[in-house]
Amino acid sequence: MKLKYLLPLAVFVVIAIFLGVGLERDPRLVPSPLINKPAPSFSLSTLADPRRVMTRNDMLGKVWLFNVWASWCVSCREEHPLLVALSKADIVPIYGLNYKDNRKDAQQWLDNWGNPYVQVATDMDGKVGIDYGVYGVPETYVIDKKGIIRYKQIGPLTTDILKNKIIPMVRELQG
Amino acid sequence: MRKWLWVMVFTVLPALHGAWADSPAPNPNDAAGALVSDMSPAMADRFRHLTLQLRCLVCQNESLFDSPSDFAADMRREIKNMMVNKGMTDKQITDFLVARYGDFILFNPPLQSNTLMLWFGPFILVMIGAATLLIYIRRRRRAPAESELTAAQQQQVKALLNDRGGENKA
Repeated sequence: MKLKYLLPLAVFVVIAIFLGVGLERDPRLVPSPLINKPAPSFSLSTLADPRRVMTRNDMLGKVWLFNVWASWCVSCREEHPLLVALSKADIVPIYGLNYKDNRKDAQQWLDNWGNPYVQVATDMDGKVGIDYGVYGVPETYVIDKKGIIRYKQIGPLTTDILKNKIIPMVRELQG
Repeated sequence: MRKWLWVMVFTVLPALHGAWADSPAPNPNDAAGALVSDMSPAMADRFRHLTLQLRCLVCQNESLFDSPSDFAADMRREIKNMMVNKGMTDKQITDFLVARYGDFILFNPPLQSNTLMLWFGPFILVMIGAATLLIYIRRRRRAPAESELTAAQQQQVKALLNDRGGENKA
C-alpha cells in the first residue's frame, strides 16, 4: 500500500531523466541527412589554377576527405596543423573546398600555414556549400570510392576524432 | 457537459495561441527587407511566411527571415532564387533544404516515427493526469459519508462551544 505514495516520485524521476538527457543533447549534432547519400556533384575552378576545373567525379575510385575552409575562418586555423600532419602521413588524400573566400587571401593563407590539400576547389558564392549542407566552417566529409558521403564533421577536427573516427573509417573504406 | 468545457480549455486555446504568435508585417529595415522589396506583395508574403518557419542554423533560434547572419543572408538569396526564378513551391523548397540540412532547419517538427513522443507525449501525460484525478474523485465520492455524532458527543460539542463563548464575553 505504501508503494502507492512512491508512484508520483517514480513518475517524476522518469520525466526528470528524459528532460535531463534532452538538455544534454545538442540538436545541431543530429547526423547530416547527406550521410550515405552520393556527394553532390560540382564543377569548380581550382585555387592553384583558375582555368582548371575540379569535379566531384575526379575523385571516384578513391576514399577522400573533403575539407571546407576559408581564410576568414578562425577555427580553420585551429584544425589546420592536424590536416597538414594528416597529409604528411599519407593516409588519405585531402581535397579542399574554399568557401566564400577570395583567391588572394586563400592562397596567402596556404602559403603561410602550409598546404595539406591535393587540390582546392573555389566556391566563391557558396552555392556548392549549400548543396553540401555547409553552415559552420570548417566542415569535413569522408567520401568513399563510389562518391558516397560516409561521415560529416561539423566544426574543427580534433586529434581524438581523427584517430578514433576518421582514420579507422577511412582504413575500412579503403578495404 | 462541464467536462467538455475543460477539454476545450486545454486543447483549443493552446491551438489558437499559434495563430496569435505570428509576427508583424515585413519592415524594410529587416534583414530580409531589401530582398523582398522587388517582389509582388503576394510573393513577398509567401517569402516571409516560408523563411519565418526555417531556422537559421548558425544562430540561437532565429529564423532565416530575422537573422542578420551571413548564412541566413545566403539562404534568403537562395530561397528567393528558387521561389522567383525557378518557380518552386514552398514544399519543394523545404524539401530541398531538409535534404541538405536535415529536419533541424524546420521550426515545426514534422510528424514522423522519431517525433511521435514529441507530438503525443504531452497529451498522453495530460490523459494520465486526468485519469488519475477522475479515479481519485470517484473513490472519494464512493467513500462512506462521515458518521453523525452521537447525542452524547453533540452535547459535548455544545458544552465546549458555550464554554468558549462564555470566556469571550467575560
